[in-house]
Amino acid sequence: MGLLSASIVIPFVAAFIIMAIPRDRVDVAKWVAVAAAFATVVITTYTFVNYDYTAGGFQFVERYAWIDSLGVSVHLGIDGISAPLMLLTGIVIFCGVFASWYITDRLQEFFFFLFVLVTGVFGVFASVDGFILFFFYELAVIPMYPLIAIWGSTRKEYGAMKLTLYLVAGSVLIWTALVGVWAASGTNSFDLEVLSTVKFEPWVQTVFFAFFMIGFGVLGGLWPFHTWSPDGHAAAPTAVSMLHAGVLMKLGAYGIIRLGMLLLPEGAKVWLPVLIAVATINVVYGAIAALSQKDFKYLIGYSSVSHCGYVLMGIGTMTVIGVNGAVLQMFSHGIMTALFFLLVGSVYDNAHTRDLREFGGIAKVAPKIAIFFAFAGLAGLGLPGLSGFVAEFMVLTGAFLSYPLLGILGIIAVAITAVYVLRMLAIVFFGPLNPKWTELPDARRAEVFAMAILAFFLVFLGVYPAPFVRVITSGVAPLLQRIVGA
Amino acid sequence: MNFWLFLPEFLAIALAFAIFGVDLVTPRHRKNMLAWGGAVGLLLVTVATVALWGNNVKLYDGLFYVDAFAIIFKVFSLLVAVFVILSSIDHASRFLSHLGEYYGLIVMSTVGMMLMVSAGEMITAFVALELVSFSFYVLSSYDKTNPKSNEAGIKYIIIGAFSSALMLYGMSLVYAAARTTTFEGIFAALSSFGTDLGLVLGIVLILAGLGFKVSAVPFHMWAPDVYEGSPTPITAFLSVASKAAGFVLLVRLLTMAFMPSLDMWRTLMAVLAVATMTVGNLAALKQVNIKRLLAYSSIAQAGYVMVGLAALSPTSPLAGNAIMLHLIGYGFSNLAAFVCVIVYQNLTGKEDISDYAGLSRRAPFVALAMLMSLFSLAGMPFFVGFVSKFYLFTAAASEGMVWLALVAIFNSFISLYYYLQVVKQMYVRAPSEAGPLPIPVLINGILVILIIAVSIAGIYPEPLLKAISAASQLLLL
Repeated sequence: MGLLSASIVIPFVAAFIIMAIPRDRVDVAKWVAVAAAFATVVITTYTFVNYDYTAGGFQFVERYAWIDSLGVSVHLGIDGISAPLMLLTGIVIFCGVFASWYITDRLQEFFFFLFVLVTGVFGVFASVDGFILFFFYELAVIPMYPLIAIWGSTRKEYGAMKLTLYLVAGSVLIWTALVGVWAASGTNSFDLEVLSTVKFEPWVQTVFFAFFMIGFGVLGGLWPFHTWSPDGHAAAPTAVSMLHAGVLMKLGAYGIIRLGMLLLPEGAKVWLPVLIAVATINVVYGAIAALSQKDFKYLIGYSSVSHCGYVLMGIGTMTVIGVNGAVLQMFSHGIMTALFFLLVGSVYDNAHTRDLREFGGIAKVAPKIAIFFAFAGLAGLGLPGLSGFVAEFMVLTGAFLSYPLLGILGIIAVAITAVYVLRMLAIVFFGPLNPKWTELPDARRAEVFAMAILAFFLVFLGVYPAPFVRVITSGVAPLLQRIVGA
Repeated sequence: MNFWLFLPEFLAIALAFAIFGVDLVTPRHRKNMLAWGGAVGLLLVTVATVALWGNNVKLYDGLFYVDAFAIIFKVFSLLVAVFVILSSIDHASRFLSHLGEYYGLIVMSTVGMMLMVSAGEMITAFVALELVSFSFYVLSSYDKTNPKSNEAGIKYIIIGAFSSALMLYGMSLVYAAARTTTFEGIFAALSSFGTDLGLVLGIVLILAGLGFKVSAVPFHMWAPDVYEGSPTPITAFLSVASKAAGFVLLVRLLTMAFMPSLDMWRTLMAVLAVATMTVGNLAALKQVNIKRLLAYSSIAQAGYVMVGLAALSPTSPLAGNAIMLHLIGYGFSNLAAFVCVIVYQNLTGKEDISDYAGLSRRAPFVALAMLMSLFSLAGMPFFVGFVSKFYLFTAAASEGMVWLALVAIFNSFISLYYYLQVVKQMYVRAPSEAGPLPIPVLINGILVILIIAVSIAGIYPEPLLKAISAASQLLLL
């Protein structure tokens, strides 16, 4: 078994092992979860570090025949774009396990669904076959329903159903486009490397790229299909929000790149200007909406909509630096939002409220939470030295190269981001201590461990992004050449 | 004349009569023996059928085919019947009487299905169809004390007789034009002189008659009431095996008999498919009774198979593969769902969706089996339903009907909502009574086998697909 299939099989098998453990030995289940998540971190770090960025292309390739009559094979491989995203998934699930350390109700079932979800995510990033990619995509979406509906909080049934229906509705478009592309190719194969060599007719490209763009855009939080996101994230339990906003939403943007841009370059050329325009709305609207939120989680949710907008914006610039920035933003925002949701979850578990106005000065009693919140917030508003700056700078540079007006709007959004982040920090953590919270406990050990890991990556990426950018460029550059040259 | 080719049917008929006979000397409290005898007997018949694999024989100048296509679905019908009989044991002894005839009729109906999938000629097909139908007319009204069951039986027999009459009239018209009743003969006649009004009318009437059988729209009206009223094991049998046999006959008709007129019936089939999926899914959204929900879900699933029928082509085996895979996959998934309904009804007598609240706490394994079978029906990956639906949509797209694939995929999405309602009740809501439910070992065993089958076929479908491809190759020109 190769490394990539291991990264898919390990969480899947772990899910079943965890379910099989007797209910009175939950601690064993927790350590199995840690072991499995750690294994995926090791594997994904190895594949990322050993990815040969000078050679480019798909590496660590594995191929197993599956359904010959349809031309489907389990074809796995990572390139410069998916390698860092695999690493992101490993890091977030590892931290997610620790974020769930203190759940008491049916923890084993929770880990079961969580690890099935993670299997799906690893599968999508590692797939080089359209059928398999969609297989893992649906596998990642479906566990969201039980995870939110059973272990969630605010209006969990509504949030869970809304999220699931929206995402599956998006996948309707993806599925249709996939089947349509297969039929139009005449190659009887779903293999992406085969399909990428086919020159599709212009109308096929235009129609199906739009399907991919909107279908994946729903998951990526593209306005106006983003409305599932704030409700879904607010309702979801902490680890689920971390994984979802941190990793799953990146699947959306990744899908646009991997299926849309790779297979249908001419269609991409037609629609990417539309994408960047709408993404700019995402960025600005998300920031303004975040400004008016009173619930912590909704604020972070809209912040995610805004930051995911940067990803889509970067893709839409059709410049190497822009798309590089987009992928880097996927990684950076993934870490950042995972940290945000972890922190909010920690506060909520202790305070049992998420209303911003009820807090005040809790940095005095919960310094660890305050410090990490400051980290995440400053990364979010793009403070140099943290990862957010590098990614957003690259995206906005790309935007200025192609659509200067949108670049300006993007920068205005950064300013608005600064307002809501700093305001949130001020209202909740600093200022006089609200007497209600003098007994508020600080973050617990497992949570602090996870927070530290995430914060480390925020700093690392902000100070030394070169290893990431090198790898990402090797994937992005050839892709863009096809589109811009097309 | 190689009579060994008929051995499975002979054995099955002998088994049915044996059950009828032994029933006369079996005391009341030993009736379950008949069920076990029936199940074991059917398994032996299955072995005899599998032993025929590799044959590709046309008997009596095209009356009867023993080929891969027939063998696969004979085995399918037999296995489904075994599961139905075994899951009936508890249900029948609680709710029904005259158990000997009950089990005997199930076997008889299976014989009819075995004949239907082999039929190569219109009258043979009709007689086999009637054998199946008559058995079901009686079986659906078996719960004599339940007025809904009586109503189900009456509705089914009246509508069934009407549809048989339609089909027979259509057959006579086709015979008048083609001068022969064998499928091959009709094919030759259609190729040589094309279609005239009588032929068109005949084909449409035959399709209408069979449409009743498989609960296609607009011939589906009987299905929800009959499914709800019949004893639940019979509902399961009806929704899975009878539907599959009907579709197999339709596939044979369309590929072996009516293929030269492809342009005439392809669009019609596509439109009917859209209507069937849409009506089935939209109506299911509002259901409160689980049997009615599964009934409308079955109607929608028939719609997906009809997408495959619309994609049938003389040169490409994809649609044939897809239809067969979907019938088998849907069959086992639906059967698993019904077994869960049966056991819950046995223990609590309830069949409303809201009654399933908290099942995950009271009977975790049954809830899990129900979850997996519903996800398979919804087309979620890791289960066979995903692969079979993907196959169907790809087949439709390969014949230039991407619009049909889009409608079908959209319908699949709608169906997720009502399947999730059941999941929500089982996993999210709290149970109205606490305490674990005592699930019989037999039911657990059946569910294990079914969900393993559904999962394995979803992860590693290639062995099944190889067998299916052998069959679909035979249907090409």
